[in-house]
Amino acid sequence: MKSGATRDGYGAALEELGDNSKVVVLDAGVSDSTRTKKFGQKFPQKFFNMGISEGDMVCTAAGLATTGKVAFATGFACFLLGRTMDQILVSLAYSNTNVKLAGTHAGIAVGEDGPTAQMIVDLAYTRAMPNMTVIQPADWEEAYQATKALVDHQGPVYFRLGRPKVEGVYDSSTKFQIGKANVLKQGKDIVVFATGIMVQEAMKAIEICSKNGIDVTLVNVSTIKPIDSQLIVEEAKKNGAVITAEDHNVIGGLGDAVLSTLVENKVYVPFKKVGVNDTFAETGTAKDLFQKYGLSAEHLAKAIQDVRQEKA
Amino acid sequence: MESSTGSVVSDIDELRKISKELRKKSLEIIYKAGSGHPGGSLSAADLMAAIFFGQMKFDPKNPKDPGRDRFVLSKGHCTGLLYSTLARAGFFDPSKLSDYRQINSELFLSGHPHPKTPGVEIATGSLGQGLSVGNGIALGSRLDDLEYNVYVLMGDGELQEGQVWEAAMSSAKFKLDNLTAIVDNNKLAQDNITKDLKDLEPLEDKWKAFGWHTIRIDGHNMDEVVDALNQETPAGKPKVIIADTIKGKGVSFMENNTAWHGVAPSTEDYEKALKELG
Repeated sequence: MKSGATRDGYGAALEELGDNSKVVVLDAGVSDSTRTKKFGQKFPQKFFNMGISEGDMVCTAAGLATTGKVAFATGFACFLLGRTMDQILVSLAYSNTNVKLAGTHAGIAVGEDGPTAQMIVDLAYTRAMPNMTVIQPADWEEAYQATKALVDHQGPVYFRLGRPKVEGVYDSSTKFQIGKANVLKQGKDIVVFATGIMVQEAMKAIEICSKNGIDVTLVNVSTIKPIDSQLIVEEAKKNGAVITAEDHNVIGGLGDAVLSTLVENKVYVPFKKVGVNDTFAETGTAKDLFQKYGLSAEHLAKAIQDVRQEKA
Repeated sequence: MESSTGSVVSDIDELRKISKELRKKSLEIIYKAGSGHPGGSLSAADLMAAIFFGQMKFDPKNPKDPGRDRFVLSKGHCTGLLYSTLARAGFFDPSKLSDYRQINSELFLSGHPHPKTPGVEIATGSLGQGLSVGNGIALGSRLDDLEYNVYVLMGDGELQEGQVWEAAMSSAKFKLDNLTAIVDNNKLAQDNITKDLKDLEPLEDKWKAFGWHTIRIDGHNMDEVVDALNQETPAGKPKVIIADTIKGKGVSFMENNTAWHGVAPSTEDYEKALKELG
């Protein structure tokens, strides 16, 4: 299993996609950090560095898509999404253009650059848009495979990527499928639905919990929209208690998506959302921020134990 | 272009006749719908007649022909004019225009454009996005080695959106000489004269400074409009035509009057307007 940042998996897959005549890549002047630079060097005629103008980039990608291209529009999640809600809504979602928005450096895990660089509302933005698919891979391998899967997917996608290097969860034999969550560890006492970097924290949390005699199920929800309702309902019923975990505000992200799924399917079980608790974080290392803002494996383990106790 | 009609109208009087038809049809469908944007439709009618009937190559029976010339209505509210033009160009039967702004419209003749309507490339309606989209299309033509042209029609008020200038830099950076931007400079926005909102002048200097081949014309003088559209642009330079126009052109009581930005005429006003248009 390969360790590495999800943005690295994205960049590596793009390099291999350059021979596909449909694939074009755009970047907002941060191609070294977003890992599109190598694609640009290998395929300069298909790489458009738009400079620091995300709105222009998103609509240019939409224009390219109308000519039959699969356009990967790339930037830091904060600005790629934050500055372009309107452009994404009109030129991508409503027009249903084949643009894949790759937002790197998502969440408070970005660390020292502080809240203006820590995107914690992007899942809420994109989930609320009709026609939009929302995907967040958990490791290098999943990011790599998902990038390739996006080429064959028709329509706009938000692809949420992280800055930090993370441990490998998947090996190359696993096959990523859009819309499918998967069980990483089958337990019986409580289920954790995690996405992105929180899958990593959850792996550590379930070790802590197993020492305390709690058998935790861990599910990686990489497609946040459309969410895998079937698996979520099934595991929630089997385990009887639910935790969600995301490096995003607890409003509008994975937690709310899972909660709606459960209630709409009449699954009423103890439930808790772990995420950024409707606050802005601050500067600091990712590790320190996860500790202070309640996203660390220890916090997650505590939440698991608390919710487990609520189970009748 | 084999698959396209290629029947471009070069007779100026014929184009004038078409623009008059477009003005009347725009007002008619706005009147019948009971809502819409007459002012900016009337100001751009001469430009649209010249672009669609004097310039663009397309096959209305094959609206997704990869080699077609493309048009983007960046001032997306002027659908009264756009749909009248598309129907006149053969993209759909003019009888369908009765669906304009109506629920369950088969061709999605919405208040603002959507690509479900034949002849529409992309949704617009939020100002400032069309030039970026046009750039993307022009880049696509280069990658596909297809020599089609891209036309983007913008309003003057729209130029207050910062994204227009981001896009203007991009067109120049990528040397998009198959792209023509047309500014319908009618000098009125919704609630005010554009100048009092944010003055755009000196507009030619601005576009020139952004690296564009810049032409300024009287947007109601068909000879000037056609000449400007035909004018060769220096290799590697995108072209902008700043067309000075009158909002509400052709109907005396609508001319230069912000009140006619976004309201349909009453029966009395509609009949008066038709008489004036002749």
